[in-house]
Amino acid sequence: MKLKKGIPVIDQGDKLGFWGGKFGGNFVPETLKKPIEDLEILFNKLKNDKNFIKERDKYFKNWIGSPTRFIKLHNLTKHVGGAQIWSKVVSDANGGAHKIYNATVHCLLAKRSGKKVIIGDTGAGYAGKMLSMAAKKFGLKCKIFMGAKDIKRQQPNVKAMKKNGADVIPVYSGSQTLVDAVSECMRYWVANCDTTAMCVGSTVGPAIFVRICGWSTSQISRELKLQLLNEFGSIPKKLKLYNCVGGGSSSFGFWNEFMDYNKKQVEFIGVEAGGPAKSKKHAAPLTYGSKIGILHGAAQYVNQNDDGQIEETESISAGLDYPGISPLHCFLKDTKRARYTAASDEDALKAYQIVTKYENLRPSLEPSHAFSVAIKEAKKFSKDTIVIINSCGDAYKDRGILEKKLGKKYVKSN
Amino acid sequence: MLNQISIAFKKAKNEKRPALLTYTVAGDNSKKQSLEILKSISKYADILEVGVPHNTPVADGGQIQTSSYRAIKNGIKMNDIFKIIKDFKRSKNSKPIILMGYYNMIYQYGENKFVRECKKSGVNGLIVVDLPWPENKVFSKKCKKNSIIFIQLLSPTTSSKRLKSITKDSHDMIYYISMLSTTGGKLKVSPKEILKNYNKIKYISPKKNCVIGFGITEKTISNFKNTDGIVVGSQICKEITRSLNNRQNPVINVSKMVGKLRKKLS
Repeated sequence: MKLKKGIPVIDQGDKLGFWGGKFGGNFVPETLKKPIEDLEILFNKLKNDKNFIKERDKYFKNWIGSPTRFIKLHNLTKHVGGAQIWSKVVSDANGGAHKIYNATVHCLLAKRSGKKVIIGDTGAGYAGKMLSMAAKKFGLKCKIFMGAKDIKRQQPNVKAMKKNGADVIPVYSGSQTLVDAVSECMRYWVANCDTTAMCVGSTVGPAIFVRICGWSTSQISRELKLQLLNEFGSIPKKLKLYNCVGGGSSSFGFWNEFMDYNKKQVEFIGVEAGGPAKSKKHAAPLTYGSKIGILHGAAQYVNQNDDGQIEETESISAGLDYPGISPLHCFLKDTKRARYTAASDEDALKAYQIVTKYENLRPSLEPSHAFSVAIKEAKKFSKDTIVIINSCGDAYKDRGILEKKLGKKYVKSN
Repeated sequence: MLNQISIAFKKAKNEKRPALLTYTVAGDNSKKQSLEILKSISKYADILEVGVPHNTPVADGGQIQTSSYRAIKNGIKMNDIFKIIKDFKRSKNSKPIILMGYYNMIYQYGENKFVRECKKSGVNGLIVVDLPWPENKVFSKKCKKNSIIFIQLLSPTTSSKRLKSITKDSHDMIYYISMLSTTGGKLKVSPKEILKNYNKIKYISPKKNCVIGFGITEKTISNFKNTDGIVVGSQICKEITRSLNNRQNPVINVSKMVGKLRKKLS
């Protein structure tokens, strides 16, 4: 299995949509074959259409607020001692997370295809919130599928979705989290694909959704590349990019433009959700060696039992609480381009405390996982190493959990 | 030698009626009970679809999901399902069996081992909901080699070009999904519209047996008397749930229901 140079990773799949011959694909009911093919044709045409790119960039700049900041974390660098620690503050984006890029592109595509309704899944509520924002902006009706458990633990985002006029549909089946929300959303699309567009909230699902999402979030690394050149005059000799990985949309977008660099120069580190330290359950299929299986239309490493039933996950962060992982990351793992590890719930909380103590930055629980590993590893690196963490979400949505785990005072003072 | 499924269609045709296909989930609500259900409904049904429960089903509506979760909760495993079928096939009035499920269950079992085990336990056909054409080409060939009918699905969204390719690659039986819906949805298109599409398939592929499924209930089934076969699934699963909730015997109730369905086709 080999990563090709000079070709975007999203376009390195084979005819049937498999990366490396085995990850991804289209394991979908017959009914969805046609709408998926239609979307493929539309996307393949538009991604090379100058006017469409112009339109996309216009909304990215004027509405989403690109570029998001690239800042040095001086105090944290001093505290840790070792590499220079920087952050790409993607949570600056309109709505507070990277999910806005994918949501915007899907709404632009839906409009082009003449669909009036757009549906989407959400875990942490960001994908749903952003889709509801974009749908409102572009005059589309919006339905968001969300696990009942996640609705309870991510109330601020639920309120935002409703405020934007979206229907939030609670999903009570299975573990009542993201995995069930995606299933229910796909089922709804099966029944309504003639009138409705679907947005999958991450780089998961049938191959076309993986590609659209990866193409959209790659805005992050496009910006970062320019910012690095501005700051250092060239791409640093020792660059390490840390990102949390749930479905894998923010990390893929954070890395994409650096894909062709030697990994000794630009290393990618993906941090999965290890779950509570004492629990056997986790959401880290790459770190803990899960087997390949089929989930939501794609072949990927996925937590499952011997029979092939998908296993329940556990993580403090709803956005990472997914048993599978993007086929793109499976591909990056097996080609050894990226390295994957996990942080526990406790690690993430601790990292959140450290970051908020030293910096004027409030990463949500998802990027706190990445901060945890970055802080640990940065200690050992030389001073000319540039460590960058993608702070891809804001902790506002986690207020309830942080208050419960760390106490009211702590949350208020930050 | 003709596959038992083909024989069942022939028999129904001789009686000038469509074949009745039922769908129940293996292990719902227990291994023993689901075997009893199969035994009792095979008095009336011509072909029995047995669902392999999966916990992330992307094409099933509420009724079948409920049945599937119930079966998984009760501990059903792939090997138990083969055992149920083996036991059923030993019974007196056994009918042809179609296993219906999602690809991950087959993938984890191993394609070759799965097909071998199907053959050994007496499975006559396979429906894999999320393994569409052309992705299913290799697997369907493996089935054919082992005298198992791989059943291709067609839907209202299937283009004419695709329809021709799929029917060309299909075995003796084809499954037409009546409408854009998960299983158990309310029939939202007219029977006339469904039959129009059905006839289109029969025109392109007159020799193959084509069944219609999704949204078929006691109320709607008599609209389809002039077809090769009709599948009822969700309504049966719903009846099992209803029986359990009312502390009644699902075997008796389901058997009664299938008897009624069969009468409506005569």
